[in-house]
Amino acid sequence: MIPEFGKASGCVEENRFFCVDWVRDNWADVLQPALVEHVKLTAIAVAAGFAIAFVAALVAHRFRLVEGPFAAFSAIVYTIPSIALFQLLVPVTGLSVLTVEIALVGYTLLILFRNVLEGLRSTPPEVLEAARGMGYTRRQTLWRVELPLALPAIVAGLRVATVSTIALATIAAFVIPEGLGRPIFIALRDYFKTEIVAAGLLAIALALVADALLVLAQRALTPWAHARRTA
Amino acid sequence: MKAPRQAVEIVFDHATKRYPGRTVPAVDDLSLTIPPGEVCCLVGPSGGGKTTAMKLVNRLVELSSGDVRVDGRSVRSLDQTELRRGIGYVIQQVGLFPHMSVAENVATVPKLLGWSRAAIGERVDELLDLVDLPARDYRSRYALQLSGGERQRVGLARALAADPPVMLMDEPFGALDPITRARLQKELLRIQGELRKTIIFVTHDIDEAILVGDRIAILREGGVLVQYDTPDALLAHPADEFVARFVGADRGLKRLSLVRLADVPLDAPNGTVTPVAPEGTTLRDALSLMLSERSQQLLVVDADDRPTGVLTLERLTELLA
Repeated sequence: MIPEFGKASGCVEENRFFCVDWVRDNWADVLQPALVEHVKLTAIAVAAGFAIAFVAALVAHRFRLVEGPFAAFSAIVYTIPSIALFQLLVPVTGLSVLTVEIALVGYTLLILFRNVLEGLRSTPPEVLEAARGMGYTRRQTLWRVELPLALPAIVAGLRVATVSTIALATIAAFVIPEGLGRPIFIALRDYFKTEIVAAGLLAIALALVADALLVLAQRALTPWAHARRTA
Repeated sequence: MKAPRQAVEIVFDHATKRYPGRTVPAVDDLSLTIPPGEVCCLVGPSGGGKTTAMKLVNRLVELSSGDVRVDGRSVRSLDQTELRRGIGYVIQQVGLFPHMSVAENVATVPKLLGWSRAAIGERVDELLDLVDLPARDYRSRYALQLSGGERQRVGLARALAADPPVMLMDEPFGALDPITRARLQKELLRIQGELRKTIIFVTHDIDEAILVGDRIAILREGGVLVQYDTPDALLAHPADEFVARFVGADRGLKRLSLVRLADVPLDAPNGTVTPVAPEGTTLRDALSLMLSERSQQLLVVDADDRPTGVLTLERLTELLA
């Protein structure tokens, strides 16, 4: 569907690859709202996925028995094709944001769980022994030693989860009219190139920006990991 | 600097550690008393249970039977974490927290004990000075930015932070190159001269034990104490073949290295005697000098190069008896 503004440019009428004027005219009404929705969908999915994976990893760190079942569960979820997962969920949760978020969260669990757990396990044994010997309690060791040292692995997991969720969230448009997937779906009907390209580029840009922000956050949180070796 | 705390005594009282499923105990009925302010070296071959015995004190290993008392109180009766915060702990791999600066590492136990920020800051600077790492240069470095020797100095400062009366040191210099190792051994002796902690020092190196230990406990496979004595007594009278082999065939020479010329009776100087050695020289080095100079005697001089006496080979052999 080409929006009827009565003054469609030649570029739009010819359906060229990319028309800047269309993007300018439709930024406020079409692209910007879709971008904001996309950010929200992603943020909620990654935050909820992280909360679940984090707690599961803490439990698995304490009780090894938990690791196998949770890893298997998240791996199975990860292998379900997204469209199939939507199909499975719609009869239960309807054409709702909830349906989309359940699917998106499901896909983040595997990578986040693995990375948090690997991070927690990466503390060198002599560091743990020193902590114990100096009278850190188990809880203090977790919060003051193991978690800070797990940060690089945790952020690495968040980066992969965030970027893949941004890509995946375009498919949310199958279920709800939200996110950058919506303009793409609409444009696909008439194969209106500019809209597809613009929304696609926005998704890519969003992924790059989110990734860069996480890298910066990690640098700020883990100055010790970047300290020059020879002082 | 605050007055050092009163030193305390450590007593192993029939202390035994058995691990389930093992027939041989790790520590077998160990009884020994470490007097306040002394360094006790636990030495022996691997499997001798020396590290296990040391860890009974801060309960990183729990007793199977018997008791360990620090300052008269059974470690069993104390809360585990409280106990550990009151005991300095130094390990071979140091185990500095890589995500914390040197200052934060040293501040670990004071922070756990709830000291004020000001008190912690002051203490950190004082300790870094003590271990010869200028606070201004080192306070904000990370472990990655330190050499092996510097790391162990920080480890030592961290263990001393809350001024614990007891220190446990598990092969603290074992991973260092010989030069750094010798330097840190000297530093430890200097610091110990100032602070007078009661120290359990685990090592597999008998020479290190002779150097730093006021007393040495030799443990054999199965965690059996074979001999507990001063370095001199150990070298002079090894309890059995095992100890004799462990201290080495050169135990006579090792004994000589414990004594300096200033500490032995000398003969009056008569006539010209060469070679000449200052009175701070060890008997071992004095003997070496005599042998290399093919001399039966040696002139001892004080700091102002005035002769104080003559040491003869004959006298030296008498001293060893």
